[in-house]
Amino acid sequence: MNRKGIDKEERSKLLSRRNVLKGTAFGLASLAIPFGTADASVWEAFFQKHFQEMNEDEKKRVVQRLEDEYAKKFGAKFNIKTTKAEPGVLFGYGLDLSRCIGCRRCVYACVRENNQSRDPQIHWITVLRFKKGEKWVNDLEEAEKYYNPDKVPEEGYFYMPVQCQQCGSPPCVKVCPTQATWKEPDGIVVVDYNWCIGCRYCMAACPYGARRFNWGRPNIQKKEINQETHYLGNRPRYTGVVEKCTFCIQRVRENPGKYPACVEICPVGARKFGNLLDPNSEIRYIIKHKRVFRLKEDLNTKPQFYYFFGS
Amino acid sequence: MVIMIKNLIIALKLIAKGSRGYYIWLAVLGVFIFIGATSYIQQLRTGLIETAMRDQVSWGFYIANFTFLVGVAAAAVLLVIPAYLYHFKPIKEIVLFGELIAVTAVSMCLMFIIADMGRPERAWHIFPPPFGKMHFPASLLAWDFIVLNGYLGINLFIAFYAMYKVSHGKEYNMKLLLPMILLSIPWAVSIHTVTAFLYNGLSARPFWNASILAPRFLASAFVSGPALMLILFQIIRKISKLEIEDRAVFKIAELMAFAMAINLFLLLAEVFKEFYSGSVHMAPMKYLYFGLHGHTGLVAFMWIALLFNITAFIVLLVPKTRENYFTLNLACVFLIIGVYIEKGAGLVFPGFIPGTLGEIYEYIPTALEMNVTLGIWATGALIYTVLAKIAIPIDTGELRFVSKEMPKPVHPVR
Ligand code: SF4
Ligand code: SF4
Repeated sequence: MNRKGIDKEERSKLLSRRNVLKGTAFGLASLAIPFGTADASVWEAFFQKHFQEMNEDEKKRVVQRLEDEYAKKFGAKFNIKTTKAEPGVLFGYGLDLSRCIGCRRCVYACVRENNQSRDPQIHWITVLRFKKGEKWVNDLEEAEKYYNPDKVPEEGYFYMPVQCQQCGSPPCVKVCPTQATWKEPDGIVVVDYNWCIGCRYCMAACPYGARRFNWGRPNIQKKEINQETHYLGNRPRYTGVVEKCTFCIQRVRENPGKYPACVEICPVGARKFGNLLDPNSEIRYIIKHKRVFRLKEDLNTKPQFYYFFGS
Repeated sequence: MVIMIKNLIIALKLIAKGSRGYYIWLAVLGVFIFIGATSYIQQLRTGLIETAMRDQVSWGFYIANFTFLVGVAAAAVLLVIPAYLYHFKPIKEIVLFGELIAVTAVSMCLMFIIADMGRPERAWHIFPPPFGKMHFPASLLAWDFIVLNGYLGINLFIAFYAMYKVSHGKEYNMKLLLPMILLSIPWAVSIHTVTAFLYNGLSARPFWNASILAPRFLASAFVSGPALMLILFQIIRKISKLEIEDRAVFKIAELMAFAMAINLFLLLAEVFKEFYSGSVHMAPMKYLYFGLHGHTGLVAFMWIALLFNITAFIVLLVPKTRENYFTLNLACVFLIIGVYIEKGAGLVFPGFIPGTLGEIYEYIPTALEMNVTLGIWATGALIYTVLAKIAIPIDTGELRFVSKEMPKPVHPVR
């Protein structure tokens, strides 16, 4: 059997059809270390370096290998970029709480753009609903995550979407034992999905519930795949690794840059995005002229994500 | 080389021989290990989705067991301190068996960590460069990796060096052994402290982010570890020729009473602070003991733990019940269960309940998680059985290995 390009998960699916004992022995061998396969790419994947340790040539090779792997898996031509951060850029996000209507369009736009698994379902954005007049900012215990009305906005409620806040001093980065997650110079906190060991310490450390784990094998229908990807962003992920919002790194690092998918889709314009280092940017204007606050400010995580009241 | 192989055969023969009870015991362990292994392979295939852990409660039963076992691992120290620093003879004779508990417990800790990892085959990424990219000193998990493996190394060295020398009929070199023994004391404290800090350092989780966590952790560890040890010692004493003095047992029981007193006091301090001040950080505590918004998954367990701990404390405190084997053993069992609940599930789960965005996801481990856990415990029991099987006859002088100086060995193994 030619095993080239068949990834771990697919192989284990094949295995499950065999009898238990045989599958057990194979399962051990093929899941732990790919013994018994002559295919070099499996070993290359196993010994792949940390992204930051690779030189340009190595990056190219890895990208090539991954593109082949994805092509086999999804039957589509992928483009995996490794675009670097631009100097003089620090991304910041603004969210207008007085506009948000809780429609969750951002949630699903994000899922599509960033190739989140559809089954099991992974969402990078969580929209919280609060009853007006109840306590909310500090005590999120009253938050309702699974609200499901026929029509939004609902009378007597307001909404607060939460996603990775791209913290200035990110606790998730601090705790990661393998440096599989780090903060890029433009402020985006990224994960190397080929380096993460799946210990989930970062999930325990994140105060904003922003990190997602691939508990099962991620599944996306071929026709729904977004082939324009970034190595540190929306390329397809694996079972057993952590992922999170990257401010759409594959879009915002383009030249000219595009807005994150959630900013673009928002029907009421509640979402703002820009360069915190550019005094003329919209985000700087908001910080200067509106009543802004950051979530859980007392933890000193210094989010680059500003909530505000536009009106 | 020939001698080594010969000795290995002697040891293997020794392990293979035993009473009927011994074989039954091994068979039972074998069954559990098999079930655990198949469950784990299933988990490897489909992913951790086989467990009940989810993004809301991202650590569960495996990490709870890990945490409890870190506590047990330091038990050896409770023996080492009086034995070597105060030359309390009766305890000195059984230190070796404490060390072996430490070896076993740390091995189990490592197994639980592996079981919890999403990508265990990438474990080498935690090594320092040039292999991996260890995040030292920032990540407490990197620290834990170092101290746990170090502790394993130290105890393996002490136990095996002592056994090697004794089994070859030689005196061991105290100049070499003593520094290692002394080193093992602060090291044992360090595995606790680092593991406690691992939780403690996360400001996202108010339940863990309280300075009382580390001291409480230590105090309860000095209860559960020795409790397990006392029971094991009595079993060893029953089924082998090894003599363990009553005085040693009672001394350990007394030390446990002190540790429990501190543990209960610290619990009181914690409960008072949370409930009296009544801030929003009270939620996890409330979840534990009274339930939160109708979620009461751990309430019964926590009260049982509390009841057991207090009862056992009283039993150990009163000399009469402490020195009665029936009540003493009852107290030990109570303490093991009590601390297992308190320092396992009771410590890990409420860190995530309610979650950082206020969600309450009640976590109840799946059958697969239980199977894997049982499998690891059975593996631990097997490791200890094998180690003790060799250590006991060495200690009693029944087993002597072949060495160059003694070409004609006498090893009166049945
Ligand atoms: S919000 Fe969470 S995941 Fe994002 S940077 Fe902050 S700590 Fe890390
Ligand atoms: S789960 Fe991955 S990214 Fe998170 S701390 Fe562990 S290794 Fe780092």
